Amino acid sequence: MKEIRIHARAGQGAITTASLLGSAYFLKGMYPYAFPHFGAARMGAPMNAFVRVDNKPVRLRSQIYEPDYIIIVDATLTRGFNCFSGLKEKGIVIFNEKEGVEIPKVDARKKIFVLPANEIAMKTIGRPLGNTALLGAFAAATGEFDLAAVQESIKQRFAGRALEGNLEAAKQGYEFVKNQMKG
Amino acid sequence: MRQFIEGSHAIAEVIKLCKPGVISAYPITPQTHIVEDLAQMVADGSVDAQFVNVESEHSAASVVLGGAAAGVRSYTATSSQGLFYMSEVIFNIAGLRLPLVLTCANRAVSAPINIWNDQQDSISLRDAGWIQLYAEDIQEAVDLHIIGYKISEDKDVMLPVMVCMDGFILTHGIETVDIPSQEQVDKFLPPYKALYKLDVDDPMTIGPLVGPDYYMETRYAIQKTLGDCLKIIPQAIADFSKDFGRNYSGLVEAYQVKDAERVIIAMGSVCGSIKDVVDELRSKGKKVGLLKIVSYRPFPVDAICNSLKDVPKVAVLDKAVSLGSYAPLASEIRSAFFGKKKAPKVISSFIAGLGGRDITKDSIKEIYRLLTAKELQEEFIDLKPELLKEKYE
Repeated sequence: MKEIRIHARAGQGAITTASLLGSAYFLKGMYPYAFPHFGAARMGAPMNAFVRVDNKPVRLRSQIYEPDYIIIVDATLTRGFNCFSGLKEKGIVIFNEKEGVEIPKVDARKKIFVLPANEIAMKTIGRPLGNTALLGAFAAATGEFDLAAVQESIKQRFAGRALEGNLEAAKQGYEFVKNQMKG
Repeated sequence: MRQFIEGSHAIAEVIKLCKPGVISAYPITPQTHIVEDLAQMVADGSVDAQFVNVESEHSAASVVLGGAAAGVRSYTATSSQGLFYMSEVIFNIAGLRLPLVLTCANRAVSAPINIWNDQQDSISLRDAGWIQLYAEDIQEAVDLHIIGYKISEDKDVMLPVMVCMDGFILTHGIETVDIPSQEQVDKFLPPYKALYKLDVDDPMTIGPLVGPDYYMETRYAIQKTLGDCLKIIPQAIADFSKDFGRNYSGLVEAYQVKDAERVIIAMGSVCGSIKDVVDELRSKGKKVGLLKIVSYRPFPVDAICNSLKDVPKVAVLDKAVSLGSYAPLASEIRSAFFGKKKAPKVISSFIAGLGGRDITKDSIKEIYRLLTAKELQEEFIDLKPELLKEKYE
């Protein structure tokens, strides 16, 4: 079983991100359960989306406290709050960087991949929604599935210009992390 | 077809397959996605129903009452305060012996206002004459809607069915679900033909004033029918399981109960989490189990007593409170065993998960840990006593 926790603000597309992640696992023949938890029921409030996945149907319905992977959609959430709490020993963080926000430290066995997902999104989609770039980065950093799986789940979700932009964003996110890993 | 689909969308898809002629609802979190989807389907022409927009849940319930009274398969969905606002009509729908399926996306009740999950809303309407079925996962929720119409429209039943699914956990959860084909559903659920209906060409009165000379018999008749449903519901579930290739056990599901020394009784999505804990504790040699209640109304006393007669210690997990008395499910379990020769020695009561407080594996392990020879009248799990000391200054 793998557990993924996404930190975002309501309205930033974290549920879509969890849904696309789940869909990529589903296409692999696995059994994902993706679900949100809202803090306050309003736009802009901190919220989590989660994915729990296994090779058999997932029955556990609680939130995720000890994730294998963490995706930080909004870096400002790390100010004064430990978004990395419970991260497993060899856990991986995908971090959407933001100017002026310091990146929290993780201990040596954990990995953190930082990318300018919103910048990538502005170039490819035209809006600062870094979710699909982060998903590409997730695939590269974790090896859970390849870029094609991310792109296939994007194809099932979007159409037209949004589809093209998101496919490109995922690709650039993927390549950004791949280059980081080489260097 | 197997799909990776959100709970609410899956329910909309299955309602589409059940071909209702009248749909009416008023939006309320966490039920909203279901009827938004259905409204879209009606607008797109993929569902041949009249979607009636209303100004309140009271009217939504009244519209589907009217639809069912006119002999048309009808559907609505709601949560929490919305269900309460419907409640006057809810009792009427059962009293008029009208078939209907309503989805209750279970949510805590006000005040304080809270959009998250518990089961206080549907539990509070347990005495309305409805059949209440609780789903563990999205697949079961989907299937219970098809089964629900089948039972509700059975000429020996003619009572409404409430399918209860935990808000957010199941309505907003996305998982792998097998959405049946239209042919499968059509075969299992033929078009609804009313025994009697409101018809301008052949007028009749339904729901007139009934005095002391007749009223009691109408209530007795519902009580009798709900008793009969203890046979009709498992038969419908068995027929469904056979036709659709599922593995449902009926009114209750006993999970690792056979040689168990400690069993938790629960309803809804928390049963999945409990199963995981049961497996974990079993792997360490602990003899624990779960009894899942699917049918809360009618309350399957015999099925429960048969399942648990040899279990020494039973914990009842309620996601609701009967303020001023014992927890609702726990009270009924205790009363079910009252006077029975073979019964658990201990029936302890636990309240958990109110207003969306997360029920973790640790919460469930805590219940097993506290399930000892000492019977607990009512224990709140994961309560924060420090909050009770806060003062307004």
